[in-house]
Amino acid sequence: MTKIDAKIPSGALKDKWTNHKNNINLVNPANKRLIDVIVVGTGLAGGSAAATLAELGYSVKAFCFQDSPRRAHSIAAQGGINAAKNYQGDGDSIYRLFYDTVKGGDYRSREANVYRLAEVSANIIDQCVAQGVPFAREYGGLLDNRSFGGVLVSRTFYAKGQTGQQLLLGAYSAMNRQIGRGKIKMYNRHEMLDVVIVDGKARGIIARDLVTGKVERHSAHAVVIGSGGYGNVFFLSTNAMGSNTSAAWKVHKKGAYFANPCFTQIHPTCIPVAGDLQAKLTLMSESLRNDGRIWVPKNLEDVKAIKSGQLKPTKITEENRDYYLERRYPAFGNLVPRDVASRAAKERCDAGYGVNQTGQAVYLDFEAAIERYGKETAHVQGLDENDKTLVTKLGKEVIANKYGNLFQMYEKIVDENPYETPMMIFPAVHYTMGGIWVDYNLMTTIPGLYAIGEANFSDHGANRLGASALMQGLADGYFVLPYTIGDYLADDIRTGPISTDQQAFADAEKDVVSNLDHFINNKGTKSVDYFHRKLGHIMWEKCGMARDKAGLVSAISEIKALRDEFWKDVLIPGGRNEFNEELAKAGRVADFLELGELFAKDALDREESCGGHFREESQSEEGEAKRDDENYKYVSMWEYTGNPADAILHKEDLVYENIELKTRSYK
Amino acid sequence: MNLTLKIWRQKSASDKGKMVNYQISDVSGDMSFLEMLDVLNQDLISKNDEPVAFDHDCREGICGMCSLYINGEPHGPDRGVTTCQLHMRKFKDGDTIYIEPFRAKAFPIIKDLVVDRSAFDRIQQSGAYVSVNTSGNTQDANSIPVPKEDADMAFDAATCIGCGACVAACKNSSAMLFVAAKVSQFALLPQGKVEAKKRVQDMVNQMDAEGFGNCSNTGACEAECPKGISLENIARMNRELLKADTAVRN
Repeated sequence: MTKIDAKIPSGALKDKWTNHKNNINLVNPANKRLIDVIVVGTGLAGGSAAATLAELGYSVKAFCFQDSPRRAHSIAAQGGINAAKNYQGDGDSIYRLFYDTVKGGDYRSREANVYRLAEVSANIIDQCVAQGVPFAREYGGLLDNRSFGGVLVSRTFYAKGQTGQQLLLGAYSAMNRQIGRGKIKMYNRHEMLDVVIVDGKARGIIARDLVTGKVERHSAHAVVIGSGGYGNVFFLSTNAMGSNTSAAWKVHKKGAYFANPCFTQIHPTCIPVAGDLQAKLTLMSESLRNDGRIWVPKNLEDVKAIKSGQLKPTKITEENRDYYLERRYPAFGNLVPRDVASRAAKERCDAGYGVNQTGQAVYLDFEAAIERYGKETAHVQGLDENDKTLVTKLGKEVIANKYGNLFQMYEKIVDENPYETPMMIFPAVHYTMGGIWVDYNLMTTIPGLYAIGEANFSDHGANRLGASALMQGLADGYFVLPYTIGDYLADDIRTGPISTDQQAFADAEKDVVSNLDHFINNKGTKSVDYFHRKLGHIMWEKCGMARDKAGLVSAISEIKALRDEFWKDVLIPGGRNEFNEELAKAGRVADFLELGELFAKDALDREESCGGHFREESQSEEGEAKRDDENYKYVSMWEYTGNPADAILHKEDLVYENIELKTRSYK
Repeated sequence: MNLTLKIWRQKSASDKGKMVNYQISDVSGDMSFLEMLDVLNQDLISKNDEPVAFDHDCREGICGMCSLYINGEPHGPDRGVTTCQLHMRKFKDGDTIYIEPFRAKAFPIIKDLVVDRSAFDRIQQSGAYVSVNTSGNTQDANSIPVPKEDADMAFDAATCIGCGACVAACKNSSAMLFVAAKVSQFALLPQGKVEAKKRVQDMVNQMDAEGFGNCSNTGACEAECPKGISLENIARMNRELLKADTAVRN
């Protein structure tokens, strides 16, 4: 095994972060203003990092491809953010959040990183409240909590179904304060197209102004990638249309190892695909599983009758419904982790119990919750608990108050009223646990290059728990990176400004421009979307919820062939020096076409099932994922050598000193 | 269904721009409005014509990036949704649909249907924050109880997605609803009260400097807001501004 140094501090788990902070180098305030930091991406990770670095005194340049930093896709996160506050007094603690996260990730994450995440989680809530983030509160004025999958406590803070929006607007406001003070220079509608390495260190980026088309050089003493995940390699996902892997992939090609690319989260509760021309999928928050019950009919005749429109789901009696999560996992029921819930839905649908025309949907039902809340409210208000109409009315009001925006969203898309009939849902690609490999300091294998938030691999192992993405993004950006980056930058106080006239900048710019020109001049016959959809289809069929050797081997060759065809036959109208969305998309899809191959290669290497990675060959008799700790208890780290197929595998062995490795059970 | 689209095409900010007719067939009611435009664009690309440029990203009504003035209404005929959540079932076979950019002096056109809304960012930069650094030593989140009613009202105001429909809907191109939503969020919370006076003055000054018009009092902004931001916020902002201005005179 290659010797990999993750720079995990020594000492007891609970002291590591404190000791590390006490021992790393600092940069004095007067020197900080002489140091430039580039932050790519302005979501929860990038936005919070840019704001905090600027508060500390660094000169920050922040980049986003959207028209404003507030549009980053963190904004769409719905359900909530975890924190070990134990406000509910239900036995929560830093250790328990740590334990749940490592277990939820199926023992494929790094103990020290996850413990630190749990440790700073409480600070995040304090910080956000101080910024004026309007979290949900109880009548006594204190913060409210809800439960999420894979845990037995209520530790999720939320703002209706718009938690991501409120947290991102908090980070955006912190950024705005620094932009106003001139400490952050904001580059909207700019896309990073390469990283520039000078003397082995990350010293800048090449970016394209998406309005003018101008290719620009930007220098800095360190570069931070906070550009999110690569779920759009599947074409259809809950990611935004513009979400892409290009920043992450470009740094990989320049020497940053890419970790666990095959670890993808397929979220169980999304609105099913409606047609061939669909452009994206919409998530229905996991928080709905607090109150919704998932089921399919017990009898295939009922499934048939539903599909032909002769039977309404509400007419199927209780004993003829199969609440399969409650049946298979009595301890966690509807709140099993996402990977488990998704596979269970697939199992039922594969067996023919899917309830829509394509057979790719299950029910998420609120009838029981409406009745329960209705009775509770009637009781509190001294009304008749046996009046069914009244109870239903009151219950619906409670549900609307909790999930109103989600129900509205569902109704607009599907044209059915989820207060009256159960929602139809199906798993969809949502999040990628894999990403750029980072050490404990969040530094990649390129000195001076950092990766934070979903763009890195570090905290969620093979499956992320609900409400933990927001936690990690803000932890990295507010509380981890701003400290650890100082340790590196302390050596740069005498470096002075980095000149963009250096050869490395010229070379990188030349490559970028020649790629762009290739696309413009290619004049093939097919659009970028044509290739993207085809790639997505290969990924979903062969690298989706279940994977096997034959499928992965064929995926690798199919992706390669598609990539060759793409470079030969893609058609981009318009020019380079102008607003040209097709050109921007071409660059993104070119990178997905490379990443997709590495993804399949990684999935092929990992001949075990763990978390979201399910290898058909490795399952128990009951169809549960079978992990292989003896052979695969490592982080796959891929080194680029000129072609995704030739990437070299390095391994970071995962050491568990504080948690006993066990078979994950939610039964 | 088969539709006639009349779409604003404008090559760049300096170009004059004009409405161009397009025919589109086999549109399904389950398609979103933007998926319908995707289909049109795929057709244009296949002929090596330039696709229609429009802003969009999350396609679930939260990022605020999509815009479009459809048949004379920002985000089209449906209520409480953004353009990306508008579905074609709201239209009929044979309809003619007019698609224009959001029009306002403060939102210059970049290309076709894409406008520059960075004026909104600059208003936010002028004061839409609580001046608290990230330290990890702020007080415990529960140390200041906030009445649920205030928290809920602050949240409702904070759900503004910054799309600019309020400006596009207003005959004066006023940004009052957008600015008031942010002013209200902070004015309703104890954390925001400390800087409330300066904040409202700075944000209103910046709003005026960006070239947005004054409130028309017609309520078109509230009617067209995809997030249902209430006019009450404008009243609250005016009270806050009055309070701030009189306090300065003391």
